[in-house]
Amino acid sequence: MLSSVGIGLVILVLILSFLIIYIACLDLKISRQTVEKKIYNLSLFQITFTVLSFFTLIIAFISSDFSLINVYENSHTNKPFFYKIAGTWGSHEGSLLLWVNILVIFSYLFLVFNHTHNKNFRLYTLIFQNILILGFLFFLLLNSNPFSSIYPVPIEGLGLNPILQDPALAIHPPLLYVGFVGCSIYFSAAMASLVSGYSGKLFAISIKTWVKISWCFQTLGIIVGSIWAYYELGWGGFWFWDPVENASLLPWFAITALMHSLIVLEKRNALYSWVIILCLLTFILSVTGTFLVRSGILNSVHTFASDPSRGIYILLFLSFMIFSSLIIFFSKYKKETYNFNLKSREIFILANNWFMAFFLVTVLIGMLYPIFLDVLTSVKISVGPPFFNIVIIPLVVPFMFLMAVGPKFGWIKSKNKIFHKFLILILGAGTINLFIFYFSGKYSLLSNLIFISAIFLILHSLLDLKNFINNRNKLELPRIISHLGFGLLVFFIGINHQFSIEEDFNLKVGEIKKTNTYKISFEEIKIKESKNYKAVIGNFKLTNLKNNLVQNLGPEIRIYSNPETLTYEAAIRTKIHSDLYLTMSNVSRSDYYNIKFQKKPFMIWIWISALMISLGGFVQLTLKKNEN
Amino acid sequence: MLTKKVKKRILFLFSIFLLSAIAIFFIIKSLNRNILYFSSPTEIKQREDIPFGKAMRVGGMVQKGSIIINKKDIQFKVTDFENEILISYSGAVPNLFAEEKGVVAEGRLRDKNFFIADRILAKHDENYMPPEIKEIIKKNVK
Repeated sequence: MLSSVGIGLVILVLILSFLIIYIACLDLKISRQTVEKKIYNLSLFQITFTVLSFFTLIIAFISSDFSLINVYENSHTNKPFFYKIAGTWGSHEGSLLLWVNILVIFSYLFLVFNHTHNKNFRLYTLIFQNILILGFLFFLLLNSNPFSSIYPVPIEGLGLNPILQDPALAIHPPLLYVGFVGCSIYFSAAMASLVSGYSGKLFAISIKTWVKISWCFQTLGIIVGSIWAYYELGWGGFWFWDPVENASLLPWFAITALMHSLIVLEKRNALYSWVIILCLLTFILSVTGTFLVRSGILNSVHTFASDPSRGIYILLFLSFMIFSSLIIFFSKYKKETYNFNLKSREIFILANNWFMAFFLVTVLIGMLYPIFLDVLTSVKISVGPPFFNIVIIPLVVPFMFLMAVGPKFGWIKSKNKIFHKFLILILGAGTINLFIFYFSGKYSLLSNLIFISAIFLILHSLLDLKNFINNRNKLELPRIISHLGFGLLVFFIGINHQFSIEEDFNLKVGEIKKTNTYKISFEEIKIKESKNYKAVIGNFKLTNLKNNLVQNLGPEIRIYSNPETLTYEAAIRTKIHSDLYLTMSNVSRSDYYNIKFQKKPFMIWIWISALMISLGGFVQLTLKKNEN
Repeated sequence: MLTKKVKKRILFLFSIFLLSAIAIFFIIKSLNRNILYFSSPTEIKQREDIPFGKAMRVGGMVQKGSIIINKKDIQFKVTDFENEILISYSGAVPNLFAEEKGVVAEGRLRDKNFFIADRILAKHDENYMPPEIKEIIKKNVK
C-alpha cells in the first residue's frame, strides 16, 4: 500500500515540475512585475507532495513494512526506533529521495523569499531548478526507486549495516545533503542570471544567504563525518584523505572561494563572471562527488551501496549539466575589466580564491589520477595521504598569513600604517612557537612554520575580537569566529600530530603491557546482551607511570545479529588536554586480543575549533535576519 | 611603446601563469613520489623490478587457517589462488577482516615472500569487494 502511495506522490511531483516549467515559460512573456499567483500555488503543492512522499518512506521504515525492497534491505524489526528513522536515508534510494526533497524545498524557499528581485530572473531560476528536479526524479523512478515493492512480502528485513547505526552518522547525511544539494539553487540562479541578464550586485544579494546556508551545513556535515570516523573506525585518526572524504572536500573548496568572492561582487560590483563560474562549479562538483562515490568508481573504504548502473545515469545527467551550463556561459559571457589595487581587500580575496583553486586542483588530481591510469594502462595505484600532506600543508603557511592580514585592508586602496603591528604579532607568534619547541621536543622546519603562522592568525583574530568588544561592529564577528576557528584548528592538529603516542600490541586476558608512559593491564572480559547485538567488553586498567593515576577503559567487540557483523567500539576517555583511545579486536577467536592504544593531545579542541569555523557562518545567518 | 596599463596586465597574466605552472609542477612531482602501486601475490613473484622498501599495496584473499597471532603481531597469508605471500601486521585489525575474505594491506616488501603492513584496509560493507580483488578472483577462480 505504502509503495503505491509513495510512487503516486513522486509522480505527482513530476507532473507538477512539468507544469511549473510550462507556466513559468508562459509567464516570462507577460510584461508584469510580479510572478503569477498560479506558480506560487503549484510550487506549494510540489513541496507538500515531496515532503509527504518522504514521510511515507519514514512511516514505511517505522512500521517495518517489508513489502518495500528498500525497507527490507535496510531495516529490521529489532532495530532501535531512532535508527529505523535514520535508515530512511541510510540507503542509496532513500538518500536520493532526500536529495529531491532538498532540491524542491530550496526551490520553493528561493521563490518565496526573493520577492524583491527581478521577475524574469526568479522565473528562470525556477525553470532551471525544476529541470534539475526532473532529472533526479527520473533517476529516482527509473533506477533507484525507494518505493519498489517486493512480492511475496518477506517476514523479516536484512537490517542496517551496524557501522551506520550511530548518532553521528544518522545526522551526517542530512547535514551534508543540505550543504551539497543546497548548492543547486545558486547553480540555477547563476544560469538564470546569465539568461535574464540580472547580474552584478543585485545578483550577489539574491544568492548570498543561500551560499551561506549551504556553506554552514557542508562544513558541519564534513566535521560530523570526521568525528564519526574518529570514534567508529578505530584507527584513531579523523582524516585519511580517502577518496570519499576528498569528494566531499572538492565542493567545499569551491563554495568557500565563492563565499569570499561574492563579497567582492556585492561591495564592488566586480568579478561577476568568476562568481558565476564558482556557482556552477560548486554544484557540478557536488554531483561529480556523488557520481564517483555511488558508481563505485572510486575505491574507498567508506563506500556504501555502490552500483555501476547508477553511475551511467548520473554521468549522463552530469555531462548534460556541464555542457548546457558551458554553452549558456560562453554565449552570454561579457568581458569585464578589473582594476584592482595591490593593497586592497579585493586582492586578498583573490588570493584566497587562488589558494582554494590550488587545493581543489590538488585534491582533484590526487583523486582522479588513479582512475585515469587504470583506464589508460590498467596499472592499479592509489594515492596515499603523503601526497596530499606534502602538497597542501606547506601552502597552508602563506594562506594563514594572508588570512590574518587580508581583512585588515580596506576596499579599493589602503595605506601602510598597519605594517608595524604585523611585525609585532609575528614576533609574538615566533616566541610562543619557541616555547613549545623548547619545552615539548623537536619538530621539523615545516612544523615550525605551521605553528608560527597558525599562532599569528590566532593572535590576529584575538586582537580583532578585542576590537569587536570595544566597537561592536557586528558585521566583523562571523569572520573573526571562522578565521580564529581555522587558526586554532591548524594549531591543534599540528600539536596533535606532533605529540600523539601510539602503541600496537596483542594481549591475552590477565596480561600486562608496559609502555614508556603507561602500564596497561587487561583485567577481564565481560559479555553483555543488548537489543540487537551482543557485546564483549574488555576491562583495561591504565596506570599513568608519571603520576600513578589509574583509569579504566572498556573497549567493546559488538556482534550484531542482523546483518551478522562484528564491529569494534573504541573506548575513548576525553579530557580537556588529551584523549585516551583504546580499541580491541579479535581474529578467529584467538586467545590474543589485538590492542591499539593511543594518547592524543587536544582532540576535543580540534572538534571545538572546527565547529567554530561553521559557527561563524551560522552567526552571520542570524545577523542577516536581525538586519532585515 | 606599451602603456602602463598594458604592462601591468601583462605582468599580472604572466605572474598568474607562472604561479600555476609552478603549482602544477610541484603537484605532479610529489604525486609521482607518493603513488602506491597495487600488486597481487603473483605479480610480486613474477615481476623483476618490484621495489623493496617502497610503500605499496598488496591484496587478495586471506588464506584459510593461515592466521597466527602472537604477542607482537598478526601474521597471515594472502593468496590470489595461484601464489601467496606472508603478511605481518601489528595493531587492531578492521572489523571485516577474516579468513577467506578479501583484504588490502598497505606497507613494504621485505622480500618476495614477506610483506610488512602498516595498515590493513577495512571495508564498511560486508558485501563490498575491492575492485582489484574482484578481478583477481575473476581471473583465477573458475
